[in-house]
Amino acid sequence: MTFLSHVINGISLGSVYAIIALGYTMVYGIAKMLNFAHGDVIMIGGYMCFIATMSLHLGTIPSILIAVIVCTLLGIVIERLAYKPLRSASSLAVLITAIGVSYFLQNAALLIWSSNTKSFKSVVAGVQPVKLFGDKLSISAEAILTIAVSVVIMICLTLFTGKSKMGKAMRAVSEDRGAAQLMGINVNKTISMTFAIGSGLAAIAGVLLLSSYSSLTPTTGSMPGIKAFTAAVFGGIGSIPGAMLGGILLGVIEILGKAYISQELSDAIVFAVLIIVLIFKPTGLLGKKIKEKV
Amino acid sequence: MKKLSKKTRSGFINYGLILVFFLVFQILISTGSITNSLKGQLIPICAYMVMAVSLNIVVGFSGELSLGHAGFMSVGAFTGVIVSTSLMNAVPNTGLRLLLAMVIGALFAAIAGVIVGIPVLRLRGDYLAIVTLAFGEIIKNILNCLYVGYDKAGLHISTKDIASIGMDETGVTIVNGPMGAIGITKISTFLAGVILILIVLFVTQNMMNSRTGRAIMGIRDNRIAAEACGLNVTKYKLIAFVISAAMAGAAGALYALNYSTIVPKKFDFNTSILVLVFVVLGGMGNIRGSLIAAAVLTVLPELLRKFSDYRMLIYAIVLIVIMIATNNEKARAIWNRVFAGLGAKPRKKEADGNG
Repeated sequence: MTFLSHVINGISLGSVYAIIALGYTMVYGIAKMLNFAHGDVIMIGGYMCFIATMSLHLGTIPSILIAVIVCTLLGIVIERLAYKPLRSASSLAVLITAIGVSYFLQNAALLIWSSNTKSFKSVVAGVQPVKLFGDKLSISAEAILTIAVSVVIMICLTLFTGKSKMGKAMRAVSEDRGAAQLMGINVNKTISMTFAIGSGLAAIAGVLLLSSYSSLTPTTGSMPGIKAFTAAVFGGIGSIPGAMLGGILLGVIEILGKAYISQELSDAIVFAVLIIVLIFKPTGLLGKKIKEKV
Repeated sequence: MKKLSKKTRSGFINYGLILVFFLVFQILISTGSITNSLKGQLIPICAYMVMAVSLNIVVGFSGELSLGHAGFMSVGAFTGVIVSTSLMNAVPNTGLRLLLAMVIGALFAAIAGVIVGIPVLRLRGDYLAIVTLAFGEIIKNILNCLYVGYDKAGLHISTKDIASIGMDETGVTIVNGPMGAIGITKISTFLAGVILILIVLFVTQNMMNSRTGRAIMGIRDNRIAAEACGLNVTKYKLIAFVISAAMAGAAGALYALNYSTIVPKKFDFNTSILVLVFVVLGGMGNIRGSLIAAAVLTVLPELLRKFSDYRMLIYAIVLIVIMIATNNEKARAIWNRVFAGLGAKPRKKEADGNG
């Protein structure tokens, strides 16, 4: 029974990673860049929700909405100011710029909210955990919420990219930017939209993550950001189902590693598994095989 | 005098630059006209210069993105500290001990480089980047639960806690888990740092002008063509990786022996990124650029001290603006026009290592 509860916690943590990884993977697929500032958008989302509930005394839903809106706008602004001028630059130059943005967000947060740890109140605080099998298995409300939200997000996103016009445009741009442009797709608008969706998802991920792990500091986002990036690569970067699968597997491995192997070495276990998987599947679990033409 | 080739001359300019850097700061130190905080930065600057040059071998010359270079630095750092502390009595000469620490640190980092290098052979691009990142995190994590002590019987190593390593009463704790290496005798000197840079420059420049270096760059520019010409891609990539790791290890030993304590957290992802920033900002494949970028960006936060709380924010903005100014097409066109107006040759588009 404890094993089952670890698995459920793992899926819950993994769902958060999956939501963050979706942002990474969509941006990578379309803009071919590693957006290292993505983790810090999570942190900004966390702070926004925190302020909305604590200082503005808003309810849970409006607070989350504010966080999502602010992060969405932030995503668009970052893309417009920092990444758009570098559309034709080498991928490394964009990577370094993304790191610059990441430093900027962290230090701006440090100046505005100081480095003191804020204790984030869970959005479902007070809700009793669900007990199953005669109290043997207890699932926290946060875990249920996280898993439910991530399932909804995944379904919506799959429908969005599969059916909607914008979603199709996104897939087209990620397939071949030049050809998409020739077909009359507004590439700039599509890229902005991708950043907007990714950042909005990051805000939701931030709120969910902080509901389970309450401490909020300006560097809160960096480690989940790196883990989610790992998850995106694990599943095959650029692939949306891959990000979901990678995120959830990563979460489960992390929690099981923590519970059964070693508390301190859990991160090492996660990364070691990643390396082993990549040795056997060099483009991730669901990644496309890259064909080479001479 | 025989006319030197362009590459050789460029190499000599780099040596000269380092010597000038050394002399200027030596004079400043002897006249006492240098702030203490800047003086404390000298050895880290040397270490970061070596890191930047070594990462440039992988990123610039070999064309592979590495996000875990600090991992090699930490292997070198902790090995160096262990060597230095345990040889305290056996080798009383601090210079010799520092040399031994750096050599053994470099050796262990090179071994780590071989271990990481193996998956490198199968992966490309961003997948390789993530493996190096993962490696850096694994090293940090392992060092976080490493306990090393030294007594008459020799070294004691454990991964549980400091009590379980079983030292006698003369034992000295060297590495104490998350607390890191403690009680380090500071034996690094500015001179040693400068000598290390010169050695690293010598090795790098000569290697890059040799058959090996040309092979490495050939593989970067077109792997398939290089393979078709009979170059062993695996071998040359591994050579680049291991040499780079060894240099990072030596830099790590130099860096760690400049402080009395050093924690594994110091060599995390952010440090790897910092070094990558030096390389990209200095220009990939450009050794002089790496040296200058490492020095300037290490000192920059110090220079921005008067902005106190805002300095890291300004640092971030400066970084973004520099990247846009040097990589945006329009900005580049403006640069070229300015240079043309000044009668200088327009800057050619920089060779892009990532192809």
